[in-house]
Amino acid sequence: MILAVDLPYWAQSLLRVLGGTVAVLLPAGTIVYLFLFKMMSFMQSRLGPMEAGPYGSLQLFAEVGKWLQKEDISPEHADKRIFRAAPLVVLVSTFLLVAVVPFGPDAYFTDFDAGVFYMLAVSSISTLGILMAGWSSANKYSLLGGLRAAGQLIAYELPMVLAVLGVVIQAGTMNLQTIVVKQNSDAIFGFDGLGNPYILTQFVGFMIFMIAVQAELTQTPFDMPIAESELVSGYMTEYSGFRFLIFFIAEFATAGVFALIASVLFLGGWGVPFSWFGWDAADTGSIDNWMNIVGPLIMITKMVVLAGIIMWVRFSYPRFREDQLQRFAWKVLIPVSLVNIMLTAILKVAF
Amino acid sequence: MVLASDIQVAQNVGFGIIALMMVLAGVGVIASRNVVHAALSLVIVMAGAAAQYVLLAAEFVAVTQVLVYIGAVMVLFLFGVMLTRAKIGKDADLNNGNAAVAAPVALLLFGVMVYVLGKGFTDQELPTSDVRPQYTATISDLIFKPYLLPFWALSFVLLAAVIGAIVLARKD
Repeated sequence: MILAVDLPYWAQSLLRVLGGTVAVLLPAGTIVYLFLFKMMSFMQSRLGPMEAGPYGSLQLFAEVGKWLQKEDISPEHADKRIFRAAPLVVLVSTFLLVAVVPFGPDAYFTDFDAGVFYMLAVSSISTLGILMAGWSSANKYSLLGGLRAAGQLIAYELPMVLAVLGVVIQAGTMNLQTIVVKQNSDAIFGFDGLGNPYILTQFVGFMIFMIAVQAELTQTPFDMPIAESELVSGYMTEYSGFRFLIFFIAEFATAGVFALIASVLFLGGWGVPFSWFGWDAADTGSIDNWMNIVGPLIMITKMVVLAGIIMWVRFSYPRFREDQLQRFAWKVLIPVSLVNIMLTAILKVAF
Repeated sequence: MVLASDIQVAQNVGFGIIALMMVLAGVGVIASRNVVHAALSLVIVMAGAAAQYVLLAAEFVAVTQVLVYIGAVMVLFLFGVMLTRAKIGKDADLNNGNAAVAAPVALLLFGVMVYVLGKGFTDQELPTSDVRPQYTATISDLIFKPYLLPFWALSFVLLAAVIGAIVLARKD
């Protein structure tokens, strides 16, 4: 399909699985090396890993090798089956999320009509995995961490849904592919040289979405669930070896996937403004085939920028208190996003 | 007459596997000796229902099932269970003595459902070829045009339930 060859169904499925794995692991690796190792070190006036490979670029492989060698320990009183399944549930949620992200005019995994809705639904599955991990560890710190995580994820899912609604109203569709096409083919007051990325009209929604993503990922201003000075390591306390590695990969892969989704919703996704090349918005077949190669590159660039912002905030701010976090979600973010929805709807009808 | 070419093998095999999984998990919900295990089995049943909706080309309903039941109801349920009584291991006093009442009620409900579904659909067959997913816009057009009044009525029922929950939970 992408390279203009007809593949049998099994080969397409195999390619999709491979593509999904790459789309999950590549952002995770990029974020960990670029931001967690290098940017964090730079901001703290140190070098970070330098020994493995040039500038420590092979450090990731060394780390993965180290984690894979470690013994798979589970506590004696733990609920073994659930304890073992929990990291996988979290990782499955990440893989389900990447399935709706479009990377090019034909380079997508599924063309899902209710894509935005699906994205919000499957992102909440990871909460289940975190609760399972916290409970089954037979450890008070883990249980507290799991409960904190669940409370936080429930509280911040609402502003996220409401922030995305503004984009859905403006685009008039929940299909992520159509949202990308709309952003790149619309015009700002008749000027179509830039398309109409929704960050311009939905800036409030974009800010709320990014804050909610920061909370959903339990990255630092919102990292009460794994607050190391209070709860050791929250729901991850008892995990070691490759199960810890799975939690670790899932955390950063989800950061990458959310950055991809944010770029699709607000920054125009894989597209370049269609007026540059005279493509027709109503007919995706008119888009040149090379977009299937350039599109993913554009997406990765936007992903790195947005993930960089997420990590930048993570390294810069101290932790919220639990009650401040809940008050912020319910008393600030949700009212603001409701007003945003109302204004968007009124303006949509007016214009 | 049903022709062999009309039978969608892949869908039927998928349905069978998912249905078997749902039945086993359903038995797990009532037979488990641990509250959290029972709740997690219920999650599998709900996920199976969502998967069946996907097989029926009802994407929107499937996603709603995941968002509402797995993402919200079950998470809150587990949250509450873990906050109050979450022992690891077997719990002896999980079953209460109402099984004698519950069994006939369950049988009655099953009978009613079988009767209603049989009566409602008689021997209709779903279109086997060219099943297109129901577009979300079609569903919203239906809800907000001909079914607006029932939709409002349901919203008021839910609103009343929410206010009732707050009144019950506030002690001061």
